[in-house]
Amino acid sequence: MTENIDWQKRISPVVQAIPPSGIRRFFDIAAEMEDVISLGVGEPDFVTPWSIRESCVYGLEQGYTSYTANRGLWELREEICALQKRNFNIDYDPKTNVLVTVGVSEALDIAMRAILTPGDEILIPEPCYVSYKACASLAGAVAVAVPAKIENNFSITPADLEAHVTNKTKALLIGYPNNPTGAILTKEQLMDIAKFAQEHDLIVISDEIYGDLTYGGERHVCFAGLPGMKDRTILLNGFSKAYAMTGWRIGYAMSNPAIISAMTKIHQYTMLCAPITAQIAAVEALRHGEKYMKKMVSEYDKRRRLIYDGLTNAGLKCFEPKGAFYIFPDITSTGLTSEEFAEQLLMKEHVALVPGTAFGQCGEGYVRCSYATSVTKISEAIARIEHFVQHCKK
Amino acid sequence: MRELLELLEHDARRPAGELAAMLHRSEYEVEQQMRQLEQDKIILSYNTLINWEKTGSDTVTSIIEVNLTPQRETGFDAIAERIYRFDEVRTVYLMSGSFDLLVIIEGKSLQDVANFVATRLSTIEGVTQTRSHFMLKSYKKDGIIIEDKEQDRRLVMTP
Repeated sequence: MTENIDWQKRISPVVQAIPPSGIRRFFDIAAEMEDVISLGVGEPDFVTPWSIRESCVYGLEQGYTSYTANRGLWELREEICALQKRNFNIDYDPKTNVLVTVGVSEALDIAMRAILTPGDEILIPEPCYVSYKACASLAGAVAVAVPAKIENNFSITPADLEAHVTNKTKALLIGYPNNPTGAILTKEQLMDIAKFAQEHDLIVISDEIYGDLTYGGERHVCFAGLPGMKDRTILLNGFSKAYAMTGWRIGYAMSNPAIISAMTKIHQYTMLCAPITAQIAAVEALRHGEKYMKKMVSEYDKRRRLIYDGLTNAGLKCFEPKGAFYIFPDITSTGLTSEEFAEQLLMKEHVALVPGTAFGQCGEGYVRCSYATSVTKISEAIARIEHFVQHCKK
Repeated sequence: MRELLELLEHDARRPAGELAAMLHRSEYEVEQQMRQLEQDKIILSYNTLINWEKTGSDTVTSIIEVNLTPQRETGFDAIAERIYRFDEVRTVYLMSGSFDLLVIIEGKSLQDVANFVATRLSTIEGVTQTRSHFMLKSYKKDGIIIEDKEQDRRLVMTP
């Protein structure tokens, strides 16, 4: 006899309430297509530099297969702290200020769980990475979207934040350089946000995973490096984007000892530690990987200019991205919604991209194109998009 | 200039329009600059890297270490020129270490190359010794892996 149980009802309401991924449907169609050009991939098209891969192979040969300290390999924590000192002149103690995590994804999750309680609100500028809201919900908190506007170059101002802050607001989550818009924040803009955070006594989670990928002479400014922000900030970063190490799953969180201890508590009971093989590779990346990273960044920059030029000429209004490897063109001139544009482009021209709505409601009217793909493919994709756009406008 | 050269070194077939977009310059400027670089002999030629082994062609490549007696006034240069003028000679480098010139020769057969070394190269005045090594397989040439098995394994869409 089969039991008649409605398993759906047994699923936690918190999980049920999380909407399904905005790209799933497109993924299924695109995965079946033979000649699809995908501008929908949110990861580098480079393979991890060989010296990094080789160090991992060597580590395995030497028998490095055990757990590591919960907080991560000491050498790695030292290198991570040295990096912050080198790049931003921030003093972090490898003993108390850093936790190595399984990608920034884990860091994001446990940061929220460590500081948010049910009913707390967290301000999240949108459009933003798809996990932000979901992680807040899983922590029982309320994600409050703060729309970033194209007329402000997709940056966020204290006035924007002010309009959404309440007495329940406990934290602010910023992700710049931004996925999906490619926007960055200047030092002045960040200073304004710092002031706002201080005034409202907010903890700031700063996801800087694309921090190494900035272009056109704009250098990334680390939020934790601003005056008075080191302790107030949970800095998240990792190796996935800059070192083309997405599949290794190594990230880290840096903050004051109390927050890092709290996050470590969750991490030790849920994850124990990040994989040792990947941690060894990450040490190599920080010790000797910078030249490979810079080469990749210079390559992205050329593609960025190519795609910006191409999409603009194709008749789409674009904000010129300054960071990450995405461009977020305005597609309203075609008369289509983001979803319609993405679907019809995929069906008619076999170009995959992600509708802006996957990154928040205010992403309507935009689509995200990733230029982490070869120049040949970008050129071909631009030609197909141009053909499609002209057809729409007729 | 450096960025343009790097792009061309990697792929010389890129249209000027594409190069211009990548470099944030006009097509005209890029074309002008390329012409200038050609005139200045900074760009020497636009080659194609071919995996001849796959075409079934069986050329023989030999790498030859050559010892020389340098000449008054011209040093190694005059002898090097007498060597590099031969069509059979693909590459000539002046080297530090236990020999002076590294010469790469291509021929139709082992016999062909051996003949060239014996009758042409060794007999040049000033050449005191040659050591030939025949190439068996090429794995990587000019930064390009000959049979690269790595491929794009990414999912077609990720957030």
